[in-house]
Amino acid sequence: MSIKIAVLAKQVIDPEMPMAAFRIDSGAKKVDTPATIPPVVNGFDENAVEAAMRIKDSQEATVTVISSGTEFALDVMKKPLSMGADELVLLRDEAFANTIDSFVTAQLLAAAIRKLDGFDLVICGRQASDWDNAQVPLGVAEILGFSCITLGKMVDVKDGKVVVERITPDGYEVVEAPLPAVVTVSNELGQPRYPTLRGIMAATRKLPTIWTASDLAMDAGQLEPRMSLLNLFVPESNQQCEIIEGEDAVDAGRNLALKLREAKLI
Amino acid sequence: MADESGVLVLGDLTAGALSLTSLELLAAGRGLADSLGQELAIGVFGATLDQPSSQAISHGADKVYAVTHPLLGDYQVDLHLTAMEALVKEANPSIVLIGRTNQGRELAPRLAFRLGVGLAQDCLEVSIDASSSKLLANRPVYGGNAVAVVSFNYTPQVAAIRPKAYEPLEADASRQGQVVSFPVEIDASQARCQVVETVEEEAEGVKLEDARVVVSGGRGLGGPEPFAVLEDLAKLLGGAVGASRAAVDSGWAPSSYQVGLTGKTITPELYITVAISGASQHLAGCSGAKVIVAINKDAEANIFKEARYAVVGDWEQVIPAFAEAVRELVQE
Repeated sequence: MSIKIAVLAKQVIDPEMPMAAFRIDSGAKKVDTPATIPPVVNGFDENAVEAAMRIKDSQEATVTVISSGTEFALDVMKKPLSMGADELVLLRDEAFANTIDSFVTAQLLAAAIRKLDGFDLVICGRQASDWDNAQVPLGVAEILGFSCITLGKMVDVKDGKVVVERITPDGYEVVEAPLPAVVTVSNELGQPRYPTLRGIMAATRKLPTIWTASDLAMDAGQLEPRMSLLNLFVPESNQQCEIIEGEDAVDAGRNLALKLREAKLI
Repeated sequence: MADESGVLVLGDLTAGALSLTSLELLAAGRGLADSLGQELAIGVFGATLDQPSSQAISHGADKVYAVTHPLLGDYQVDLHLTAMEALVKEANPSIVLIGRTNQGRELAPRLAFRLGVGLAQDCLEVSIDASSSKLLANRPVYGGNAVAVVSFNYTPQVAAIRPKAYEPLEADASRQGQVVSFPVEIDASQARCQVVETVEEEAEGVKLEDARVVVSGGRGLGGPEPFAVLEDLAKLLGGAVGASRAAVDSGWAPSSYQVGLTGKTITPELYITVAISGASQHLAGCSGAKVIVAINKDAEANIFKEARYAVVGDWEQVIPAFAEAVRELVQE
């Protein structure tokens, strides 16, 4: 039996961009997308693609990547395909703006999962690096009535169950749940694989399925935001840093210890 | 959804007593309840509950819901969620506060979705808007590079509070409150996730979250070996060792060492960062440290904006000399 896996992936502003390029449009209450810095697939979502591919490496499986937004950089969003995913579904509509509201996004993705039908497993990144909400995957699980396990560092499917090594503050725990299930994964899962040349070639030939609001037959209540964003600002630090000097780095290290003793910190 | 009133804290227990996070939530909730002139209640969940009730009242609660069921003795996400949903519907509060702990990370979003309302995730501060009497929440976004102020379009207004964002109130044994027993209907078949094995990889010695001094290493260490040096230094200072996400991702330190947005939140008196650049992601986990010390050879590193004291230099030269001087001072 082939396992049908969905991976939910989000296109985000590159979180590794230089801090100097980070600007907020306070009127529009959003972060300016810098024209010179291309967007990326959210890092944890690449971990999710990797988790899906590891299952596909060892057993028969298909991997469908689903994303929601108003516009997509197609070459960026095709990266999961070049890593080996089979299919890309983009939910693209002016109504699907990237807002701070997780409720609406989860409704859209759940509707797409229902429409595509028959998924055993939905794998997601633990959170997106823009709004850091860490809510959409859990919302999708609730809407669809799927089992839900968060913060995986290993995901496998065995005997009709999903088995996850889930990160805890002290280590990890092994958790099992019946399928269908939603699992979120964290960076501890390990580096996502690099696209192979063959993967890149295959990805260029694949066309994404694109659905708009009308394809998903959402009702008005599902698209009603639950939160309002009142203000967005860059916090200011007023910390004054005292640079401890010395004749050389060794001397500076010694002086640092003396300074901390003087300040009664050690 | 009419007539909602009051603030409900969803508490949790550590070894039979209210957790530190629950006491912090009571402090946050007390402020909100006083602004609104309404009641502060807390729900505690367990097989049997005695001690937590009086503890909750002395720390600020007006009412304690003792939510009991034999299946609530150990934490199981699906069963706790069902119990919490039942309590929120019974108590009908206007505001629900939950800790963004390891458990809260999975409970809070699922609870909000079950209730069909929004959740303000990972809040540093919550307050009441004087004109509308609605909840306002400040929460870091974009890895801590920005702060969003959000409000709610639906009630109850659910906020997950970052641990250590609030300080517990002083216990006052003379405070009065009411304890209400709330038995819930749950059955074992609702538990879908089963923990089949627990593996601890926590280091020996002082716990990272409780340590007065923390020494953390980052990408600039270049490998796993330097962490042994940091362990020695931490031991001298009676502290614990942490790591940046870059160091954990490189496999140089276990994930239980990770300090940051997706790792642990720490609030030591003294936080010594070694070869850590200070990405917002990392600072999100240590912004509550009293004093940050930075050792980094890159004078432009972001960490210097947050540090109180710093040495611009190669850690391989600075740290041995620093550790030697600390050893002498500590032995004096």
